[in-house]
Amino acid sequence: MTAQFLYGGAGLILFVLGLWSFLVHAPLLRKLIALNIMGGGVFHVLIAVAYRGDGVTPDPVPHALVLTGIVVAVSATALALVLGARLQDEQRQG
Amino acid sequence: MTEPADWARSDRARERARDLSLLLAVLLALLGVVLLAVYFLALNGGAAPRLAELALARVPQSGVGNPVTAVLVNYRAYDTLVELAVLLAAVLGIWSQRPAPPGFQRSSAVLAGMVSWVVPLLIVTSGYMLWVGGYAPGGAFQAGALLGAAGVIVRLAGDPTAGLPGEAVQRWLLVLGVLMFALVGLALMLLGAGFLTYPPKLAKWLILLIESAATIAIGTALAAAYVGGRPSAKGQGPSAGEASAAPSSSSLGPRP
Repeated sequence: MTAQFLYGGAGLILFVLGLWSFLVHAPLLRKLIALNIMGGGVFHVLIAVAYRGDGVTPDPVPHALVLTGIVVAVSATALALVLGARLQDEQRQG
Repeated sequence: MTEPADWARSDRARERARDLSLLLAVLLALLGVVLLAVYFLALNGGAAPRLAELALARVPQSGVGNPVTAVLVNYRAYDTLVELAVLLAAVLGIWSQRPAPPGFQRSSAVLAGMVSWVVPLLIVTSGYMLWVGGYAPGGAFQAGALLGAAGVIVRLAGDPTAGLPGEAVQRWLLVLGVLMFALVGLALMLLGAGFLTYPPKLAKWLILLIESAATIAIGTALAAAYVGGRPSAKGQGPSAGEASAAPSSSSLGPRP
C-alpha cells in the first residue's frame, strides 16, 4: 500500500510540476517538455492504480491505456515539434 | 517615451510576472496536496469493482495469453485502431508542414560499423517482441518502437532517409496498420461476426496478422516522424526504393 501510494503520489507531483512549468515558461519547447512530464505523471498514476496486491496479476486495462497513451503522446509531441520548428522558420524569415 | 519610464515599466512588468508565477506556485502546491489527499483516501477506501476480473477471466477466449495484448487488440480493439489512426494523422501533419530537413553527416567507420551490428539486432529483437506479445509482456507497440529506434539510429549515422523506402512505398507502409485492422474488421462483419469480434478459433492468427501490420506501420511512422518532414524526391540517396528492413543494414555496411 505504501509503495503504491508513493509511486502514484510521485506521479501526481510530476503532474503538478509539469503543469506549473507549462504555465510559467514562455518558450514552446519548454511547454512541450512540461506537457510530456504531465503525461508521464498521469501514466505513473495509472500504473500505480493497476496494482492489486502482491502475487495478484495487475489490472491489465490501465496498462493497455498507458500503452495507448504513450503512443498518442509521442505522435502529438512529434507533430508539435515540427509545428514549432516551422513557426521558428517563419519568424526568422518574417 | 523617455528611458526612465521604460525602465520603470519593464521593472513593473517583471515584478508582476514574478508575483504571478509565485501565486501560481502556491495554487498548484495546494492542488498537489488536494490530489495527494484524494488519492490517499481512494487507496484506503477499500477495493472498488474493477474490470480486471472480467478481463482476466476471458483471456483464454481472446486468442492470446497476455492480458494486456488481449485488452489492446481484442476487448478494446477500437482504441488501438483509432490510436494507429492518430499516429498516421501525426505523420500526415508532419509531412504537410515542410520537406524533410537534411540529415547528419555520414558517420565515421567506427560508428557505421556499430550501427551495422545494432540495426539488424534491433530488427530481430522487434520480431521477437511481436511474437512474444502473444503470451508475455511485448506486442506490436514495443516491436514498433524498436523498429522506430532502428530508423532513428540509421538517420543519426548519416542516412537522411532513416533507412525508409521512397515516398510511394512509405505511404503504403504507413497506412498498413489501419488498413489491415479495418480489413479484418470488415471481413469479420461480412462473415456475420461483429466488427472486430474475432471468433475464438481464428483469434490468434487474426491478432498476429493485425499486430504484424501494426508493427510495421508504427515503426515506419516513428522513423518518419523523426525524419521530420515529407521525403523529398532528390534527397532519397542510394537507399531509395529499398525495403526498410534488411537493405537499411546492408547499405550501412563498411564502405569502400
